[in-house]
Amino acid sequence: MQDRPTAIELLEVVREFFEAEILPTLEGRQRFHGLVAANVLAIVARELALEETQLEAQRERLEALLGVAPASEPCPGLAALRQRVRALEEALAERIRHGDADCGPFADAVRAHVRSTVVEKLAVANPRWTSVG
Amino acid sequence: MATAGRSTWTTSAELHERLGAWLRTHLGADARVSELRRLAGGASREMWAFTLQRAEAAPERLVLRRDPPGHVVNTSRGTEQRLLRAAAAAGVPVPAVRFGDDDPAPLGSPFFVMELVPGETIARKLLRDAEFAAARAALPEQLARALAAIHRMDPAVAPELPRPVDQSSAALAEVERQEELFRGIAPDPHPAIELALRWLRARAPQPRRLALVHGDFRLGNVIVGPEGLRAVLDWELAHVGDPLEDLGWLCVRAWRFGNDTLPVAGLCDRERLWRAYEAAGGDAVDPAAARWWEVYGTLKWAVICILQAHTFLAGVRSVELASLGRRICEMELELLDLMEG
Repeated sequence: MQDRPTAIELLEVVREFFEAEILPTLEGRQRFHGLVAANVLAIVARELALEETQLEAQRERLEALLGVAPASEPCPGLAALRQRVRALEEALAERIRHGDADCGPFADAVRAHVRSTVVEKLAVANPRWTSVG
Repeated sequence: MATAGRSTWTTSAELHERLGAWLRTHLGADARVSELRRLAGGASREMWAFTLQRAEAAPERLVLRRDPPGHVVNTSRGTEQRLLRAAAAAGVPVPAVRFGDDDPAPLGSPFFVMELVPGETIARKLLRDAEFAAARAALPEQLARALAAIHRMDPAVAPELPRPVDQSSAALAEVERQEELFRGIAPDPHPAIELALRWLRARAPQPRRLALVHGDFRLGNVIVGPEGLRAVLDWELAHVGDPLEDLGWLCVRAWRFGNDTLPVAGLCDRERLWRAYEAAGGDAVDPAAARWWEVYGTLKWAVICILQAHTFLAGVRSVELASLGRRICEMELELLDLMEG
């Protein structure tokens, strides 16, 4: 356990400093890359806040969708959880490639899960990006 | 930018001297170069602006295009030059090609010179600034006319352009090309893209005919003045294919630059583009096929974002390339919406 400020608090204050005091001094190509860099800091802060909850939700959905027995005990640590979700996503990608999700009830369930996962990625990468309608 | 290890020809002073010598030999001893400066552009397509002064004429602002010296295949500028000349002849607004040389000796690589068309290329300005209000009103029909004219060009003007093996498989061949690229580079599983590949394969349209396709026709690659379209640029991705590919690409959400509810380049709805294209002599637009090409274009942009992230992961340090890896999910949501819509 580290002392305050937390990682998120530190990232946010760095981004605030960068946006308030550095960005206004940049022009042209440097300003464009500065805006991109500030946005990247915001992405990382959101990911730190949301990653574990999102991964747990994705693991549960994927295990139900693919009919995989849930791990007997919770994945020890974030790294193991990431690895588990990646393996399940790879298995899902393989099923889609083989045509298992072309139509029928499984296809509907796959589309619902994939949409949820994409919305979760956007909640980190770009919360303002939503369906046009 | 000139990078270490590249030929010294990339330095402005040396290019200035060589270009001046070439102009004196080919145009006359009174030809003078001034105000030579490098324009923005990728490493594979150098552009320089300069002023040509001659004793009896008003100074002219021109643009030099050349392959970077030492480029392995020094043919792309020749192709581009032929396409620009053929486009002008077909009535597409393009910068006029003035002269050029396929011999790499004089400037270090083949080059050509075209007129400098003044105007704006930055899409966000074109879509928001008050001075382009009249341009925004005129652009849908102007872009449609330009596309219809491009699709009337004879693909034989550049036999070296990529082309499908046969007409019936043109759409499927494009999907296969994207899939191969995706399989080769994606560092992560992408179920949304897998779904889109299945969807596209199952519904690939039969092109009514093959035509010359621009390949990157969108805001950002055209020069616009307050009155509207002035020139179509960036012919590097031209190929032979289904003309609807260009119409679909123009509708991809990434090219709306935030004007999300106006599908055609953030300017208008699809029907207006299709009707204007038909009125300008383009083939009748099959809405289902046009939508298929829009889904394909969205997939293609997703694969390009994966490619940019891959380039970063392979060692090219760039915050912009890195950030594109986190834009893939924007295209994934759009793909899901388009497939269900």
